[in-house]
Amino acid sequence: MLRPADITQLCEIIAGSGGPFRLRGGGSKDAIGSPTDAAVIDMRGFAGVVDYDPPELVLTVRAGTPLAEIQALVAGEGQMLAFEPFDHAALLGGTPGLATIGGVIASGVAGPARLSRGAARDHLLGFTGVSGRGERFVAGAKVVKNVTGYDLPKLITGSWGRLVAITELTLKVLPAPRARTTLLARGLDPVAAAAAMARAMGSAAEVSAAAHLPAWEGGAVTALRLDGFPASIRARAETLHRLIDGLEPLEDDAPLWDAVRDAAPLPRDKPLWRIIVPGRNAPALIAALPGAEWLFDWAGGLVWLASDADPQAIRIAAANAGGHAMLIRADAAMRAAVPALHPQPAPLAALETKVRRAFDPAGLFETGRF
Amino acid sequence: MSLCMPEPDAGVLARRREIVAAMRAIVPGEGVIDHPDGLRAYEADGLTAYRQPPLVVVLPETTEQVARVLAWCHANRVKVVPRGAGTSLSGGALPLADGVLLGLSKLNRILDIDYADRIAVVQPGVTNLAITRAVEEQGFYYAPDPSSQIACSIGGNVAENAGGVHCLKYGLTTNNVLGVELVTIEGEVLRLGGRGLESAGLDLLGLVVGSEGLLGVVTEVTVRILPRPQTARALLIGFAEIETAGQCVAEVIAAGIIPAGMEMMDRAAIHAAEAFVHAGYPLDVEALLIVELDGPEGECAHLIGEIEAIARSNGAVSIRASASDAERASFWAGRKAAFPAAGRISPDYYCMDGTIPRRRLPDVLRRMGVLSEQYGLRVINVFHAGDGNLHPMILYDANQPGELETAEAFGADILRLCVEVGGVLTGEHGVGVEKRDLMPVMFSPVDLAQQQRVKCAFDPELLLNPGKMFPELHRCAELGRMHVHGGAVPFPELPRF
Ligand SMILES: Cc1cc2nc3c(=O)[nH]c(=O)nc-3n(C[C@H](O)[C@H](O)[C@H](O)COP(=O)(O)OP(=O)(O)OC[C@H]3O[C@@H](n4cnc5c(N)ncnc54)[C@H](O)[C@@H]3O)c2cc1C
Repeated sequence: MLRPADITQLCEIIAGSGGPFRLRGGGSKDAIGSPTDAAVIDMRGFAGVVDYDPPELVLTVRAGTPLAEIQALVAGEGQMLAFEPFDHAALLGGTPGLATIGGVIASGVAGPARLSRGAARDHLLGFTGVSGRGERFVAGAKVVKNVTGYDLPKLITGSWGRLVAITELTLKVLPAPRARTTLLARGLDPVAAAAAMARAMGSAAEVSAAAHLPAWEGGAVTALRLDGFPASIRARAETLHRLIDGLEPLEDDAPLWDAVRDAAPLPRDKPLWRIIVPGRNAPALIAALPGAEWLFDWAGGLVWLASDADPQAIRIAAANAGGHAMLIRADAAMRAAVPALHPQPAPLAALETKVRRAFDPAGLFETGRF
Repeated sequence: MSLCMPEPDAGVLARRREIVAAMRAIVPGEGVIDHPDGLRAYEADGLTAYRQPPLVVVLPETTEQVARVLAWCHANRVKVVPRGAGTSLSGGALPLADGVLLGLSKLNRILDIDYADRIAVVQPGVTNLAITRAVEEQGFYYAPDPSSQIACSIGGNVAENAGGVHCLKYGLTTNNVLGVELVTIEGEVLRLGGRGLESAGLDLLGLVVGSEGLLGVVTEVTVRILPRPQTARALLIGFAEIETAGQCVAEVIAAGIIPAGMEMMDRAAIHAAEAFVHAGYPLDVEALLIVELDGPEGECAHLIGEIEAIARSNGAVSIRASASDAERASFWAGRKAAFPAAGRISPDYYCMDGTIPRRRLPDVLRRMGVLSEQYGLRVINVFHAGDGNLHPMILYDANQPGELETAEAFGADILRLCVEVGGVLTGEHGVGVEKRDLMPVMFSPVDLAQQQRVKCAFDPELLLNPGKMFPELHRCAELGRMHVHGGAVPFPELPRF
């Protein structure tokens, strides 16, 4: 394993004669994608906070800094990473606390609040990194509003280590809500649940997260979360009560939202898929895949699905529902055979390849993992 | 004008008739304009200091026509400049003498609105405000609200990643777009993103938003629409010093409040606006803050109380909270009229768009004052205080020989100052031709080469909107070979604009 201590060493490694290289933070997502024996570049040598000025809403950190450390730092100032990034230990098995912020960004991790507050891509303002050419470059900036040059921060978010070895990141941080409440509707079927979530999202209640679990402590629950100032949460809860019958408050809501985020209620012995669809199509998607176990996050826009059905059938169903399916958890044999990322139409795949070559002409970051 | 564009290709100019005929074969009738009077209507965008009639104007009505125009231009090595409504303030839609100006204004239909998924699918020529108009009856709106929203097109918003006064809370265009249909210079029609919250592979959608028409032509946009907040209220707060106004902004945010909008005006802007619209602004203050809150009534009332307390503790000399929508509108009236107000006190004005870390505001305004004296030109300041995006307006008279050039030099110094204090050249208006030559102030040759390689992945012949955004036109093959060492400029012999 290669562990550069600074950018110069990282450039030397990449510009040297080796490769391909698998870029790795804490390794918390090692179990995603095809198994590969490519040489690992461990990015944890790039650690520490560079600059944090809470009223500016901007945080600059080195990419190998543990996510948990950053979350504790911003929480101490009453702030948060609004896209609710999380550690994949619960999802994939493994030691909690390993995830780094660089890994979170490179894989575009976002939790239930992504529905209302945006994804990782919406909170990455700028970065420094080393391309597959072994060159250090920067893009974006360290202020919250910027349109100077191409928005490469968006492009590298969720690029899974195939464009650039990220060494430093500037993130937008936001004030953490003072209070939060979750309201539950019980016993809705998937169609009624999707409709209720759409109604809630279309109201002025500013729901921050909306999920539906078909089997949670004995029955189906549809959960609507409100974040903000206490007075405002009360007013918005009233709006929801007027809109949806039979809502009841959930006292301790953390276990439920953690379970949604980690797809915890779904069986661990079946392949786990992360399917993005327009929310209104979520019920049709699961109807097309009988026998699968599932839950809805993002008001149906994210369907976690555990199923040992034919991967091709799952991807066709996702595409028919206007979406796409990523394979998140499966045994090594299946991961070797089924690409983790949903295959793109040929013209788009060709363009993606050209874009990857623009950063990595020799394919040093193409490890076969994706 | 002091702007240098790529040398027109004499061969293309000589083939003008053939090119016009080819365009007519694709877009029949009035959709092809080649008469000099007709071309003149398109010779500039919102940055009117620069003018250049195009070779020909083509106004397609379908995606298929767009694709055929681009494929023909690609096959025949003719440059293309896309144009929406032509309100760009950075010269993004400035035509080329040897280029087709591809206007998207006739693609102006709203294709679908889905309230359950809260999206609207529209053609690129639909104006920003028309989206809100189409959904407001159902209680929805499209959040990004550039001041030009009556006129500017959503396609242009996507290309410039346009912002507005509400983007601190609701994001720029990029945070509100889910998908586009993009036609490449080869004429291939691609879909990036869709109606779901994430796209499948690389985030090419995120790359295309803000790419200033250099990567492809947007022929359809899927945007998120939001339910209209129950109430909105505003505060108008006057301060005797810029410093205390800036401190108030910082403390509002530190208190965990992200207002829907938070705008600041300096003394000169307050006076210009008040003289123009009589908004009732206090005239004895150095800085005026407009803070807008939206949400349930109780939330607005609570936050107004908190912000009033913060303002008072920072020595605010006047505080008014709106009691009605009419009063709230009157608070905004002066700010919204800042541009015409500048136009009223000066024959011409030049609007800048840098962003700075907010804490540097007093320092930057002071140094801007020094520059103003050095250059002998007045400057008035309005800015999006919440996110540090400044809009200094330099007042000048283009009829005075040399004044435009002086204004440009002053503007460039302001932007250098923004970068020096840790900020950027442009917060929402884009680089275009205007800030193109300043890009090296913010980016190294390696950084710029990396961005240009991305351009090459989409448009290796550099036919789409060349001469914008990048200070040098490197051929793509050169960029592939080029290695930069120690920040030294490669190919020093290469011509710069
Ligand atoms: C009075 C005034 C106030 C303004 N206020 C704001 C503001 O508050 N916030 C803000 O962000 N901006 C503001 N602007 C700037 C401008 O309105 C925006 O940049 C707007 O997004 C431009 O849209 P447009 O349709 O006019 O595009 P154009 O000016 O026609 O073109 C802009 C760029 O987009 C490209 N383009 C246009 N359409 C397409 C397409 N379909 N596909 C690919 N490329 C395309 C062009 O090539 C060009 O590079 C203001 C301008 C004016 C005149």
